[in-house]
Amino acid sequence: MAVSATLAAIAVLLGTAALAIAIHRRPFATVLIYCICLGVCLVLLALAGTSLIERGPVQHLTLPIGLPWLGARFRIDALSAFFQVVINLGGAAASLYALGYGRHEEAPGRVLPFYPVFLAGMNLVLVADDAFTFLVAWEFMSLSSWALVLAHHHDRENAEAGYIYILMASFGTFALLLAFGLLAGPSGQYAFGDIRDMAHAGWLEGLVLVLALVGAGSKAGLVPLHVWLPLAHPAAPSHVSALMSGVMTKVAIYGFIRIVFDLLGQPRWWWSLVILGLASVTAVIGVLYALMQRDLKRLLAYSTVENIGIVFIGLGLALAFTANNMAAPAALAFTAALFHAFNHALFKSLLFFGAGAVLTATGARDIEKLGGLILRMPQTAFVFLGGVLAISALPPLNGFVSEWLMFQAVLLSPDLPQWGLKLAVPAVGAMLALAAALSAACFVRAFGIVFLGRPRAPEAATAIETDSASRASMFTLLGLCLAAGILPGLLIDAIAPVAAGLVGQSMPPQASISGWSIVPVAESRSSYNGLLVFGFITVSTLVTIQFIHRFASSALRRAPPWDCGFPSADPATQYTADSFAQPVRRVFGESVLLARDEVDMSPPGDPRPSRLTVTVRDVIWETAYAPISNLISRTAEQLNHLQFLSIRRYLSLVFGALIVLLLGVAVWA
Amino acid sequence: MGLILDLAVQGVQMVLVLALAPLLLGLTRKVKARLLRRQGPSLLQPYRDLVRLARKEVVLAENASWLFRSGPYMIFAATWVAAALVPTFATGLHFSWTADLIAIAALLGTARVFLALVGMDVGTSFGGIGSSREMMFASLAEPAMIMIVFVVALVAGSTQLSHIAIFMQEHASLRVSLGLALVALVIVALAENARIPVDNPATHLELTMVHEAMVLEYSGRHLAVIELAAALKLLLYVSLIGCIFFPWGIASGEAGPTAYAIGVATYLVKLAVGGFLLVVLETSIAKMRVFRVPEFLGAALMLGLLGTLLLFVSRTF
Repeated sequence: MAVSATLAAIAVLLGTAALAIAIHRRPFATVLIYCICLGVCLVLLALAGTSLIERGPVQHLTLPIGLPWLGARFRIDALSAFFQVVINLGGAAASLYALGYGRHEEAPGRVLPFYPVFLAGMNLVLVADDAFTFLVAWEFMSLSSWALVLAHHHDRENAEAGYIYILMASFGTFALLLAFGLLAGPSGQYAFGDIRDMAHAGWLEGLVLVLALVGAGSKAGLVPLHVWLPLAHPAAPSHVSALMSGVMTKVAIYGFIRIVFDLLGQPRWWWSLVILGLASVTAVIGVLYALMQRDLKRLLAYSTVENIGIVFIGLGLALAFTANNMAAPAALAFTAALFHAFNHALFKSLLFFGAGAVLTATGARDIEKLGGLILRMPQTAFVFLGGVLAISALPPLNGFVSEWLMFQAVLLSPDLPQWGLKLAVPAVGAMLALAAALSAACFVRAFGIVFLGRPRAPEAATAIETDSASRASMFTLLGLCLAAGILPGLLIDAIAPVAAGLVGQSMPPQASISGWSIVPVAESRSSYNGLLVFGFITVSTLVTIQFIHRFASSALRRAPPWDCGFPSADPATQYTADSFAQPVRRVFGESVLLARDEVDMSPPGDPRPSRLTVTVRDVIWETAYAPISNLISRTAEQLNHLQFLSIRRYLSLVFGALIVLLLGVAVWA
Repeated sequence: MGLILDLAVQGVQMVLVLALAPLLLGLTRKVKARLLRRQGPSLLQPYRDLVRLARKEVVLAENASWLFRSGPYMIFAATWVAAALVPTFATGLHFSWTADLIAIAALLGTARVFLALVGMDVGTSFGGIGSSREMMFASLAEPAMIMIVFVVALVAGSTQLSHIAIFMQEHASLRVSLGLALVALVIVALAENARIPVDNPATHLELTMVHEAMVLEYSGRHLAVIELAAALKLLLYVSLIGCIFFPWGIASGEAGPTAYAIGVATYLVKLAVGGFLLVVLETSIAKMRVFRVPEFLGAALMLGLLGTLLLFVSRTF
């Protein structure tokens, strides 16, 4: 029942896409299409939410479409339902936001038809129950998002981003195709149920793990496969950026969990070592690059890379515990990972919406041109600040809870028997803490430069507050961030059936604990009560304000800034984004970031201005991708000569090729 | 009855930390002056400063936003809640299960983020330089703190401070990992409280300021609240070191009035000793250049990581 209702809703989304093609020139098209998407997302959210909370049975459905001997199989279990909640929550928020934001779109015909297909594709991946349906849905998702990235294709940067995206997406799908091929075995059992029941050889499982890491990891943005992400995510319109960063990466995580936790069977301990290594590097590299960006949306995209790293750290720990039959800690780590995935969908969408609002209001993506927007856009600034606190893992918001759970999981890992893990996990814990701290620095910089200070360019000085639909969407997301932060027990209990299905156990039920605390293992070990922390902070703030207003002077005078006696009216004297990042650039400087600060100081008496040039290059791009790309272009150049040969040479080439082939046949026989 | 007593202990604790924080600051200033062979201000001078500031009018920059005006209260509240959750004279704090040591560190992180943000609000270059450096220090001090928490939690089997204190009281023993954690915690505490050698609380030389640079634009009651929050943070770190590494005298369980009295007395002694040692350290070394600080904090991070690794290898270290 739930499956057919879900599929019907997805069909409605596809129909909406067809409708969008027909009516995209009409003035009401934008509102109509996004309204339908919002409605469908809410329906899907309600369906998935009820099946997750009621812990209903796993539901199957086979439709006679797709490959003739296979059909299309669909299935909704707790894992699918949880990710459907994440995706449709993000989808609903993006559709609501787009009701306002979408009106600024210059060419709605390039966005409206693909947007519902994108939503449909993501939902379809989650309910697919055989490899063929999964891959088709996956490609639907990739191609529609690619089309959305190219919505503003006249911009040369966007066209380039789209090109790299389609290359990486095809590469990833190819890896997944091979992974499923290996899983299906020589008899071609493509249904997930059959794959689950089969036993696989050890080397094959390792190969599938690597392929899944490449396939799903490239979509999620795992280093070193993240290069497309900071290019493609910001290129799309902001509500689509939010969907790609906040939501599509979650579909990739779902794909990884489905293959590695569900289909592959009992994990080996060294798998977790590979994943933990990649994930912790991803987390730190992602946030370091985020800290260096001047484009607000690109900064957010790099921060997505970081958060994906954090989710994968949780998944790696869960695998390590599962491999050693430690079900309770595995449940804790797995819950932490899913909790963080949920949180990231909320606050990253919120931040992208805020960036979109800033972009609409000022037209500037470069944060060095912004500043002082808190006065012009107070409500956007407020919600953005909320998102900043959430993503920086600060209590009482939700980002802190998932990182806290992750630290608790790290603290359980000395019981792991393998030495490799014993030595690696403390370092992973340190990297996790480093990523969290750097993320706070990164978002203080982003908020401080964009919203605080004085306007650095006229665009920022004349900005106006964004429209009401966008604000409603952002405030809803902020409310959800706060709710997940102060009542985390509810979410942990909602994740419980997912963990029980995949790692064999779930965290102890949290709803029965008095006072809404969360207790991962035992109360003597650790507990956290978001509600009380929130209450404490609120009460002590109010008490302080009351006290100060009762007993202290309430006189207030506005005056020019003090600035040690030398205030300058020129906004260029403010700290810039680059100067804010300079200490971190210097500390992590040349090795990780390939950062160069070149100072060109004019000699005394020379009126020429001095110049400071800062270059930050992506070390992964330089070391892994640039050589490949160079090799390909050089080979292509060489082969290019073949285009301009005389007929004699072509004939001799054909003749030579024939001889070689015949020789080959002769030797083979 | 037990509940009322617990609530009373919690309430007393919250008021106590607030009341004692300026005194600790006064003590450090007095001792420092004496070590430099100066007379020094009275122990009560910080209280007088706070009252004086609170009575003055606020001079607000023309383009200061709502964040600038509400920031001090957020900073203060987050610090106060964190300080209220560290056991000082008794472990039976009613709300100690609300948040563990990781959450206390994160609450201080919340306060710091607000401080760094308000430093950038007016758009002056000094505010920016302070915020930028503060966040750079924090990006190393915070992971170091988490590593210290790991060491302590692995030894005591809990991240709850009350449990840690009770465990340390009952199973006190010299351990390598705890020694490493103590050194790391002292380094983190120096950096977090903007003390020498990381920052100089007495400086007004602009280019060396970090903490002072961020609060440069504040005046009147706002400045008073921020100063009180800074004093609370210093008290918090001294209490934290006392509670984890020197938990003697802290009243635990169903304690009677004598136990509480002993707890308060030993707590006061610990504060005095902690303040004294801090000043001795400060007067004996010079302030570092800003870009030496990452190495200093990196050492704390490595010590913490080493301690954690040792405990992962064997629980007996």
